[in-house]
Amino acid sequence: MITEALVLSAILFVIGTFGVLVRRNAIIMFLCIELQLNAVNLSFVAFSRMFGIEGQIFVFFVMTVAAAEAAVGLAIIISIFRHYETVNVDSFNLLKW
Amino acid sequence: MLSATFLFYLFAGLAIGGAIGVVMAKSPVGSLLFMVTALAAMAGTFVLLEAHFLAAIQIIVYAGAIMVLFLFVIMLLNLGHDYEKDLKGGAFAVVSFGVIGGIAGLRAQQLGATGMQDGPGGAAIDALIAEHGAVGAIATELYTTYVVPFEITGILLLVAIVGALVLAKREV
Repeated sequence: MITEALVLSAILFVIGTFGVLVRRNAIIMFLCIELQLNAVNLSFVAFSRMFGIEGQIFVFFVMTVAAAEAAVGLAIIISIFRHYETVNVDSFNLLKW
Repeated sequence: MLSATFLFYLFAGLAIGGAIGVVMAKSPVGSLLFMVTALAAMAGTFVLLEAHFLAAIQIIVYAGAIMVLFLFVIMLLNLGHDYEKDLKGGAFAVVSFGVIGGIAGLRAQQLGATGMQDGPGGAAIDALIAEHGAVGAIATELYTTYVVPFEITGILLLVAIVGALVLAKREV
């Protein structure tokens, strides 16, 4: 079960990375980042079957930080939308070299 | 009676299907609903790995609260019918990420196979759950050894609330 969970976690992480790099809609990129966080959580839970309860406690902290990050990130998306009237990240090129 | 292995593969299939749906769905709301599917399936795998409390907060906090927050933002910005095709990269990106995924999966498989299968950690967690219950197993450790990080988490959430309000306010 541990091995299968680690493989599932790796596959989900790669799908999340693919989504971040391929999609241009800021909200969907953000969803894919959440997917990556969840994949890492899954591997923490799997490793807690090997090394003890600390893995699950770390997942608890990751979930809290993810909730805070989602709130702040969505607020940033709202304020960007006010300026540009879009959430397509290709239109935010002010800091592009 | 379904076997644990069968249930694990069922949840794994649902999670991978949901994840692919998140990336491929055209409408943001569709993406979000696929994400809820993936999160619920991952909560199922948490249960199979004996992390009952984490499975519960995965459903309540992630699939409940955070996804509703995303849905509110999509509604607020009126992006619900934003069907423009925004996928960058074609078959090359899919193939290269398939190769990367294969390598990562093989590596993870080696890592799991060389580890202690259900080693001391699994037995220790089972003993903790038997003694304190599913919530108590985490809580005893969280409120003794990790009480300082736990309190700092409260400050982090307060800062996040204030930050989100300041950022999303109309006139800053």
